[in-house]
Amino acid sequence: MRKEPVKISERDSLSRVKGFEEVVGGFSEAEALQEASRCIQCKDPKCIAGCPVGIDIKVFIGQIIKKDFDGAYSTIRQKNNFPSICGRVCPAEYQCRKECVFTKKGEPFASKEAIGIHFLERFIGDYGAQKKLQVKSASDDKRSKIKVAVVGSGPAGLCCAGELARCGIKVVVFEGLHKTGGVLRYGIPPFRLPRNILDFEIDSLKNLGVEIRTNYIIGKVKAIDELFAEGFSAIFLGLGAGIPSFMGIPGENLCNIYSANEFLTRVNLMSAHKFPEFHTPVNIGKHIVVIGGGNTAMDAARVAIRLQHMNGIEPDTTISYRRTEVEMPARRLEIEHAKEEGVKFDILVKPEEFIGDENGFVRKMRSSRCELGEPDSSGRRRPVAIANSAFESDCDMAVVAVGLGANKILTGVTPDLSTDKYGDVKVNPETMETSIKGVFAGGDIVGGEGTVIEAMGMAKKAAVAILDYLEKK
Amino acid sequence: MKILGKEVLADSQGVRIVKITIQSLDIAAKAKAGQFVVLMVKEEGERIPLTVVNADPKKGSVDLIAQEAGFTTKLLIGVKAGDSLYSIVGPLGHPTEIKKYGKVILVGGGVGIAEIYPVAKALKDAGNQVISIIGSRNKELLILERELKEVSDECIVMTDDGSYGRKGFVTEALKELLEKSKYDLVYAVGPVPMMRAVSVVTKSFNVLTLVSLNATMVDGTGMCGCCRVSIGKEVKFSCVDGPEFDASQVDWQELLKRNSIYTEKEKHICRLSSVE
Repeated sequence: MRKEPVKISERDSLSRVKGFEEVVGGFSEAEALQEASRCIQCKDPKCIAGCPVGIDIKVFIGQIIKKDFDGAYSTIRQKNNFPSICGRVCPAEYQCRKECVFTKKGEPFASKEAIGIHFLERFIGDYGAQKKLQVKSASDDKRSKIKVAVVGSGPAGLCCAGELARCGIKVVVFEGLHKTGGVLRYGIPPFRLPRNILDFEIDSLKNLGVEIRTNYIIGKVKAIDELFAEGFSAIFLGLGAGIPSFMGIPGENLCNIYSANEFLTRVNLMSAHKFPEFHTPVNIGKHIVVIGGGNTAMDAARVAIRLQHMNGIEPDTTISYRRTEVEMPARRLEIEHAKEEGVKFDILVKPEEFIGDENGFVRKMRSSRCELGEPDSSGRRRPVAIANSAFESDCDMAVVAVGLGANKILTGVTPDLSTDKYGDVKVNPETMETSIKGVFAGGDIVGGEGTVIEAMGMAKKAAVAILDYLEKK
Repeated sequence: MKILGKEVLADSQGVRIVKITIQSLDIAAKAKAGQFVVLMVKEEGERIPLTVVNADPKKGSVDLIAQEAGFTTKLLIGVKAGDSLYSIVGPLGHPTEIKKYGKVILVGGGVGIAEIYPVAKALKDAGNQVISIIGSRNKELLILERELKEVSDECIVMTDDGSYGRKGFVTEALKELLEKSKYDLVYAVGPVPMMRAVSVVTKSFNVLTLVSLNATMVDGTGMCGCCRVSIGKEVKFSCVDGPEFDASQVDWQELLKRNSIYTEKEKHICRLSSVE
């Protein structure tokens, strides 16, 4: 008889909406062992191919079964420098778990029966953090004289830095903000990724000898050729997807309409929820609408409803999405969590206009109802507005989470760096090398928005190519 | 970032303006006229943008001038030489396009005088005929008069109460100049109502008018869109697309309203902490 999946513990929805504590608890050792024992150790495992960084999932689960947690940690770290982060934020249901033999054929994402690979990864990552397990960096006199610059300290930059540092290369990471982590810090809220976990993973990079310079914007303070002139032998660009997109509808610049980036940055990076102890303010509406269906929209809605709870406001936060729940790009778990926390979902809705008061603050949103038409280029069915279906709803605060475009601070001053029509950096997909020799790129600045682990997959590929490039140089 | 010096430039009618000199080799080496930095006074602080008034690459120092307006500028006024700021990043934004325009007028109101100074200097160095019009509420609040005079062919001083220079608004002097002669550029920085009034005056004379907008920002690098402004039919981000824009295209009403988003919160935090 097949064993039932081990259910992960979660903070109950009534208490968790009153703060920013982590929602999902980790497996206990017994639970991890039980979940691992469900893995049938396929002869020809498909899960590994589903992992963008190719973690040897079968082996590390096998090691858990044998209670060899140190070994499992080392297996994961061979391919992934940040198991505690990825175990929390990876959309495993579209990746490794979707390929699991227990996922039913033809499902849009992993079946419930698929092994909880991400939870096991998290268990091992947290085990390693607790035991302060470190992977050794290769001490290589020749390589330690080589300097590589990494631009951006988000998932791509940190991953590339880690890969190179482990091979003994001196890495300097340049970060524009005052804190490291990129989207892991300003975007992903602490209730999904606690800050002590993030800090631990970044500190473990520093232990590998990686130097991080914050408040340092490449493209403003230093140009690419200046970095080369300063003795960097290669450069990796992990610039991220910088510029928030708006919908371009009337009234979108009214007060209290935020991009998701602004709203999340104010709270996650600047701690606006602790105003006035922290000095950055954020307004909190009585009727908050979050537009979009991705992870960012879920994060924004879940932050918003927490702010309402924490400030004694009757919770009223709604996700407004043009398609239906199935087409939402968000992780299924985030959708479930948002619902449990009281976030309302208004699907098949297309915002048409924001209406403000005499002071310029948003008061209402006018929207149309939609139906799904033929599939578009993304493969998802296109939302089509239904004629004469417009309606108004209360909205005194809106968060627009409809995607991001490329930031041009660096590309704009580096004409030799080829970009595509979206402003993303063009690379050789085999090596991640850009149009400039010795300059590599990965993460959202290549090919637009993706997941943390996809960014890391690109960064790893780039790191291999950088090592090869340095070898041949 | 170490604070090398602090000087109170004006203190009158509850308004204080200070100059702060900060050590930053990198920013001093790269900052050009029209650019700004984003700083945090404390770790729990806000990120606020301030124009680079003067950058000395040799000393590695950067001068910033701030008027007490909200909580963070109050904190900034409280710093001492020898203290350190929690963070400073820059230079940000596009530099002013410095070239030989011909005859240019620079209009500065209040603390905006500090922001026209580096531009006036650069335009003068580029061979332009520079006329500055600087204005403030009263004599005590007028800053950088000597510095502006040094880099201007002519410098007209206006005060609201007539306590110094001519009595009246900067726009009056501007209108007179434009009526008398043809100019190739007007560059204005000051409170939004002043910049709007300047754009109204210059419109009828058909002269290119640039303004440096003071939209509220968070990161200052294009990431958040807090500083978005309507320029003609387009939405632009002040931090990465600006901070300078064609004055005739700016939606002033929207800018005024957006800059008032946190007025209540500002009052609250100032009341609570009564920072002096």
